[in-house]
Amino acid sequence: MQLRINGTLHEVDVEDDMPLLWVLRDELGLTGTKFGCGIAQCGACTVHLDGVCVRSCQTWAIDAVGAEITTIEGLGTPDLLHTVQAAWLTEQVAQCGYCQSGQMMQAASLLAENPQPTDQEIDDAMSGNLCRCGTYPRIRAAVKRAANLMQEG
Amino acid sequence: MGRLKTIARRTFLIGSAAVVGGVAFGVYTVRKPHVNPLTAGAGEAVLTPYVKITEGGIILITPRADSGQGVYHVQAALIAEELDVDLDQIKADPGPPSPAYWNTALAAEAAEFMVPAAGVMQDMAEGAVNSVMKVIGLQITGGSTTVPDQFEKLRLAGASARETIKALVAEREGVAVTELTTASGNVILPDGQKIPYTSLAADLAGAEVVQDVPLRDPSEWRYLGKPMQRIDMLAKSTGTQDYGIDASVDGMVHATVLMNPAQGGGMSGYDASEALAMRGVTAVVPITGGLGIVADNTWRAFRAAQAINVTWEDPSFPLEQADHWSTLEAAFTPDAQDSQKRDDGDVDTALSDGEVLTAEYRAPYLAHAPLEPVNAIVRVDDDRAEVWTGTQIPRFLQANVSRITGIPADKVTVHVQMMGGSFGHRLEDEVVKQATEIAMQMKGTPVKLTLSREEDMLHDFPRQIAMARMQGKVANGQVEVLDLGIAMPSVVASQLGRQNQSAPGPDSQIVAGAWEQPFAIPHQRVTGYRAQPLAPISSWRSVGASSNGFFYNAALDELIEAAGADPLEERLRLCSDPLARQVLEAVAEMSDWSGIGGMANGSKTGRGVALTKSFGVHCAQVIEVTDTDAGLRIDNVWVAAEVGRVVDPVNFENLVQGGVIYGLGHAMNSEITYAGGVAEQSNFDMNPGMRLHQCPNIFVRGLENGDRVLGIGEPPVPPAAPALAGAIWAVTGTRLREMPFNKMVNFV
Repeated sequence: MQLRINGTLHEVDVEDDMPLLWVLRDELGLTGTKFGCGIAQCGACTVHLDGVCVRSCQTWAIDAVGAEITTIEGLGTPDLLHTVQAAWLTEQVAQCGYCQSGQMMQAASLLAENPQPTDQEIDDAMSGNLCRCGTYPRIRAAVKRAANLMQEG
Repeated sequence: MGRLKTIARRTFLIGSAAVVGGVAFGVYTVRKPHVNPLTAGAGEAVLTPYVKITEGGIILITPRADSGQGVYHVQAALIAEELDVDLDQIKADPGPPSPAYWNTALAAEAAEFMVPAAGVMQDMAEGAVNSVMKVIGLQITGGSTTVPDQFEKLRLAGASARETIKALVAEREGVAVTELTTASGNVILPDGQKIPYTSLAADLAGAEVVQDVPLRDPSEWRYLGKPMQRIDMLAKSTGTQDYGIDASVDGMVHATVLMNPAQGGGMSGYDASEALAMRGVTAVVPITGGLGIVADNTWRAFRAAQAINVTWEDPSFPLEQADHWSTLEAAFTPDAQDSQKRDDGDVDTALSDGEVLTAEYRAPYLAHAPLEPVNAIVRVDDDRAEVWTGTQIPRFLQANVSRITGIPADKVTVHVQMMGGSFGHRLEDEVVKQATEIAMQMKGTPVKLTLSREEDMLHDFPRQIAMARMQGKVANGQVEVLDLGIAMPSVVASQLGRQNQSAPGPDSQIVAGAWEQPFAIPHQRVTGYRAQPLAPISSWRSVGASSNGFFYNAALDELIEAAGADPLEERLRLCSDPLARQVLEAVAEMSDWSGIGGMANGSKTGRGVALTKSFGVHCAQVIEVTDTDAGLRIDNVWVAAEVGRVVDPVNFENLVQGGVIYGLGHAMNSEITYAGGVAEQSNFDMNPGMRLHQCPNIFVRGLENGDRVLGIGEPPVPPAAPALAGAIWAVTGTRLREMPFNKMVNFV
């Protein structure tokens, strides 16, 4: 099957029901998307399908065919940061950093939909993403910073 | 007294390490410097075990492992401060396993347990333990020791390397060393000309390293004590940080394991025919206690594991949770007494008449559950082996691979990887042993072993289960008597047993966070009871203090309530340590403390307070909770900690907030319980910890009044649960004596 990931079409030979997560990580070497729980409880594997957040551990490869798949590698790079990544860097959010790909993908999708979220809306959107190190205060601050950066253009 | 007994008396339990028999090694061995484990390639210079200069760049060795606490960054900053390099000019490398990187500071707490009073005796005890640590060469990350251990060592290494570079330039240019300065990785000549360190790499090779360089005064520091950008922050803000689970080696296969779900139990038979017929599956091999499943994709290995039928044997511990608790209940006996390091006043006489308060407290098994499941790549060849994994114990791990393969330890190369969290989980190395056993059965092929979340959580080696019993008395509005007994199995014995190390002598962790608290209650006794071994357990962020900080503060709160006193004011009145007093005063001021509020004031909002001294750090927290229609909401936490010196204020704040959240989240909703010998919680749906919408505002202050520089990874955890329990009592009138609290109350 063919998957369009970060603007590039990839031919992969996998089972229809292989989770997109493992296609990305083990078949294509796109390891920025993380495996945390395998049951959509932690959000570390969050990617976008046509701009919408999904848990790639619960998304069959076949269901991603025809969609624009965006992973953390496609959101921005160290040389060309996405606004959310710039905010994450300024706020120094990460401790171990393992959940942060998923956190940033979740935040980017929130802000694309709702550029000026309230505190409650941030809490609602981000509570499905676990951070075992407890960087939640900084995640909140970074989402707000990103929203302000976007507002300033 | 026989020799064995003499050695046992000199045995000290050091956080997570037992060290036996100091003087047997002799003074010579102790004084002899360790061999520098770094080797210089062509055109490279090795200046101390921590600094390597090459033409391509400057490499700083940061041997304490990074599980997210930022210690690669902190270690690099300590070296850079004296070496005069910028943090964006260097590459940090964890270095090889080597006795040169022994952990000095793990000794400090053990010494305190031996000799409670600070001063000459404690210094002597620390010296003795240090000598032993050095001989054993324990390269361990744990016990919040990285900063205390490395604070001087790494600056000295940076200073020595700097002066060595200057000496070379002085000789070559014919100028006095005193006329040279250094900045941003350059030596600057009197005329302003800059010579990059990297251009001197070849000339520096073999240079004699200048020793005994005086350290700079803190007033001259460029980095330390000031906000810095962590060296790993860009990678971790862009998804480009590689962890062990992301490592890749040419020709590797993917594997997982199917272990007896009852941890440590054996396997009496299996049928893997269905699994072996599945796409991509190349092998199913027996290993100790289970099976290794090898495939061409991790998910295919996971799926195949689910298709295997296995007959498992029972584990060696009680199958049902109730029997674990009854084992602890049975341990409060003189025979099981492990230590009684505090016995002030006359507790027995003081309790012999009048009204005695009693209470019993419980703390459950808890999974560490870092978000990155444990993993390792191992390749075994005929005469050498190579390991890629995130670990806090590279030298134990190396010894285990050597033992399993029969390959000498010096032919086992360990590449330490960045860790996606640990909280003590990666003080264990089962995953490496498993990968090694699989790799032994396919020599020459690198085996990448990744555990599913379920396999990882079921075999987590959880935090100790623990129970405490309190008797106490109050008089004239004051706490008069506190008699606290604590029972738990020995976490140190369990953990070290898996490394084939013995742990004779008392286990300081059974009473850590309780016996050494800075409160001068007139009649006070803390007794540790060692329960029979139960489920295998391991060090969980703050170890013994994680349960005991709750027990001690919860017991104290009940007595203070009985006395009719204010929990913060009575703690201040009882406080016997000026550093602890300043910490309590700090949270009182930060929170504008005016009592617990809550029901007594007709308010839905109330407060609790707790202070725990752990790992030498006094940490106090005031927590504010509101009782809402949707459940209890934690609004605010004010936290202060005395660490001697805050090395990086940004990282410090982040770690303290994270520690508070780790302590609160588990106290709210997490535990491991056993049924049929199997943990009943196997993923985050049953063991969530705190989620973002439950997270309070957390206000942090680091105090720098003490003269010892201390680490902050663990100390914020113990006081979180009891301060929360106090606040919940204020708003609900419910005394919480057992974690997790959601057994009794609901949270938003």
